[in-house]
Amino acid sequence: MPTINNIATDAQEKAARLGIKKFDIYGSTVDENSVQVDRGAPKQVKASNRSSVIVRVWNEDQTMGVTSTTDVDPSGLELALKTAYEASFFGVKENVPDFSPEASAPIADKSDEKAPQAPVSELLESLLEAEKELLSAHPAIKGVPYNGLAQRDIDRFYLNSDGAIRNEARSYASIYLYSKTEEEGRKPRSGGAFRISRSLEQLDINGCLKETVEKTISHLNYEKVKSGKYRVVFSPEAFLSLLGAFSNLFNAQNILDKQSLSTPESLGTKIASPLLSVCDDALHPDNVAAETFDGEGTPTRRVSLITDGVLTGFLHNSGTAKRLNAQPTGHANIGAKVSVGSHFYHVFPGAAASQEYSLANAENVILIDDLQALHAGVKALQGSFSLPFDGWLVENGKLTSIESATVAGDFLELLQSILFVEKEPELTPGGVCPRVWVDGLSITGE
Amino acid sequence: MHSTLLISRELPTLQYTSTPERFDETWSAPLATLLGLGRAAGADFIEFFLERVNYISCLAEDDIISSIAPRLSRGAGVRVFRGKADCYVSTNDLSFSGLKSALEKGLSILGLQLPSENAYIPEINLEPLRDYATLKEKDAWLSKCSSMREMGEVLLDANSQLKLKASHVQSRRAVYFRDWQEVLVVSSDGTNARDIRLTQSVGYNLLCADGAHRSSIAKRVGDTSDPGFLRSWDYESNAEEVAIAAGQMLYADYVESGTYPIIMANQFGGVIFHEACGHLLETTQIERNTSPFADKKGEKIAHENLTAWDEGLSSTAFGTIDMDDEGMPAQRTLLIEKGILKNFIADRAGSLHTGHPRTGSGRRQSYAFAAASRMRNTYIAPGDYTNEDLFASIDKGIYCKKMGGGSVGATGQFNFGVDEAYLIENGKITKPLKGATLIGEAKEIMNKISMSSNDLALAAGFCGSISGSIYVTVGQPHIKVDSITVGGR
Repeated sequence: MPTINNIATDAQEKAARLGIKKFDIYGSTVDENSVQVDRGAPKQVKASNRSSVIVRVWNEDQTMGVTSTTDVDPSGLELALKTAYEASFFGVKENVPDFSPEASAPIADKSDEKAPQAPVSELLESLLEAEKELLSAHPAIKGVPYNGLAQRDIDRFYLNSDGAIRNEARSYASIYLYSKTEEEGRKPRSGGAFRISRSLEQLDINGCLKETVEKTISHLNYEKVKSGKYRVVFSPEAFLSLLGAFSNLFNAQNILDKQSLSTPESLGTKIASPLLSVCDDALHPDNVAAETFDGEGTPTRRVSLITDGVLTGFLHNSGTAKRLNAQPTGHANIGAKVSVGSHFYHVFPGAAASQEYSLANAENVILIDDLQALHAGVKALQGSFSLPFDGWLVENGKLTSIESATVAGDFLELLQSILFVEKEPELTPGGVCPRVWVDGLSITGE
Repeated sequence: MHSTLLISRELPTLQYTSTPERFDETWSAPLATLLGLGRAAGADFIEFFLERVNYISCLAEDDIISSIAPRLSRGAGVRVFRGKADCYVSTNDLSFSGLKSALEKGLSILGLQLPSENAYIPEINLEPLRDYATLKEKDAWLSKCSSMREMGEVLLDANSQLKLKASHVQSRRAVYFRDWQEVLVVSSDGTNARDIRLTQSVGYNLLCADGAHRSSIAKRVGDTSDPGFLRSWDYESNAEEVAIAAGQMLYADYVESGTYPIIMANQFGGVIFHEACGHLLETTQIERNTSPFADKKGEKIAHENLTAWDEGLSSTAFGTIDMDDEGMPAQRTLLIEKGILKNFIADRAGSLHTGHPRTGSGRRQSYAFAAASRMRNTYIAPGDYTNEDLFASIDKGIYCKKMGGGSVGATGQFNFGVDEAYLIENGKITKPLKGATLIGEAKEIMNKISMSSNDLALAAGFCGSISGSIYVTVGQPHIKVDSITVGGR
């Protein structure tokens, strides 16, 4: 596979030959091994080594075209440059994307963190052991139908014809376990957990195992819940998944495209309870998948989105920042249309709460552990959601698993109805967040 | 005695020249050599899947083309079986040495050693190239598709129709993509097959807003065999349909949660069968022991009203394929006949693990995924009732005219959103409703589909699962479900 310097040199040569003066390239290579097991035997082992690049080209009229390719040898790059040049004549004529003004700005904390990859046999051994322990943890656990252990090296780079060039490398290891129960006369129940870390050595396999067992067993004795309005407590993971589903609130490109619940004028308005504060922080020390620059080469950073309930910031690429008279924030994904995406949410308490709540003495409260089917149940442009969930009914601190139910509401109303943001944060793959209490959500059970 | 068999030490001296821009007969010899090498190392079965993709998408937002995005891709996946264990290695490097490296990695992961330098490499006799692309005159398809200029022109014209027909418009989008894919499947059982697929889709996304009232409606149509598909898109009638639906839903009340009888419309209404039953008939689910139907073949699993098919043969439908991604010709598979489970949907590995015969259903998003048992065009067969019969049977219920997406979990519990719904009172539609989610258990719901109308129609869809996102068709006539939980406010 060519090195980044090879790609830069080849691209410059090919561009010069094609008469292309302005271009940039974002690319990555992924080297990955993953394993799955099934009842004491390896099920499938996967390995891959793949590269891909996105090439943007500006023509003489300064309109831009793009092409992505997995063929990164010189002939593949040449074809991509040619195709992007052809596409450039159909590019937008207003608000044409340009190089980020920060594509060469210094990156404060740049460090390559690749860990040596463990042999596949070690991955298999670890996962087989985890499956065995899970199956022996409780007689009702009859299978672990979804499981996987993976390790991945990622190299990313950005370069442009003005001489900007950046690259970084990272390693990750991750595990997921999802077990299923079977008991005579009872419905099958399930529970799962996920962990990610910088290396297999640091991966908390035991924590994942323990959480899977606890969750699965906690759902064995289930009951129906009556439909109605409830006080709901979202687990960190559940709240972050809902926040992510409505990220158009903060997404400057969505806002400019009128595909958002916010408008440019929403900045500075109160959109949530003053108890809530939210940042997006790619460089958070707990973010295992931290990226130091985005698809346009802009350095990533911490961005305040909601402060004490007030909308205080948007996520930008260089184009949206220019149009909204702001600074790029390092959230660009390049393409024919540069999109914007979040990195790692940090949710924390805002203003001091007048009253604190605890599950230990909660009555008739629903604790939602995991929201499902967000792709089907979230209407991101309408602000509404109706989602199945895994969770418990809490009565005086006692948790009873809920057989099957959905939670529905309006996300903007939910933000205003936050009663309490707990102090103790939890680390999840998507961010750091404590439990969040919300009043008056519709639950459909029986 | 002189042997014509290749000897291991001769491998580095081999010079193969395969046509770079086409998976033709020149690929047979190098791949056969690699298959022989894999067998010599002790693998029971080896498969190469080679792929080239030329994809482009085009987006019109209001009155401008905001994105034209071509994507070029090539790569290969090597699958190696040793007993029932298998390993999948993918790479972008299609050179002989690149493919050999991928194979060697797969063999090594399965604990297999390369043969010694004096070992003979068994000869793998491949069938003569079974070339569906040439047989069915698909080689010229790509050149006959719409140019970038034409894409832009059609989408802008189409978007102007939405402007004319809709009110309270916040944003109008017309979206098109063309996915041209050339594949070659070569495996140690002699399979040697090439195909070209051309998948195109075009549609609208309309967002309307009036104060706090919002509605968003999408509609998409798709095709798998007509290079001129975009040119013949009937965007006027599609625009009208989307505009009417968005207008209806703009001021709709939220549905009151509860248990209701429902009528599900034809076309994309078929997502209920896809999610609640189709996935659970894939051998992928049987293998994982996550299907309640695993041991029910020959037994009644659904209402006697219900017959259902999965097939890859309907001309132009979105899930139609001449061969699957394991080189097997597509089939028409009867899943359920009058409520009795007849067949499962099986790929090679699924067949190996469960014993159910392959059905030409091994599918994958790209070379980055191993094939798995996946649906193609899946639908409930038409029944003897009329739509009037269905509505007349309901005093109070919900008409689900347009479904959103859905999913099914490891315990057989499914759910899907409804984009366009109406209240039925005394057999008549009375008012629009929004915010509905349908929830149920697969085993239970299949026995509650009690009436099927006679107006079977199909719709293009996308299905995400273990082997990535693939193109499928869902379909059904109007059906009645006697009772289902509806999540709402």
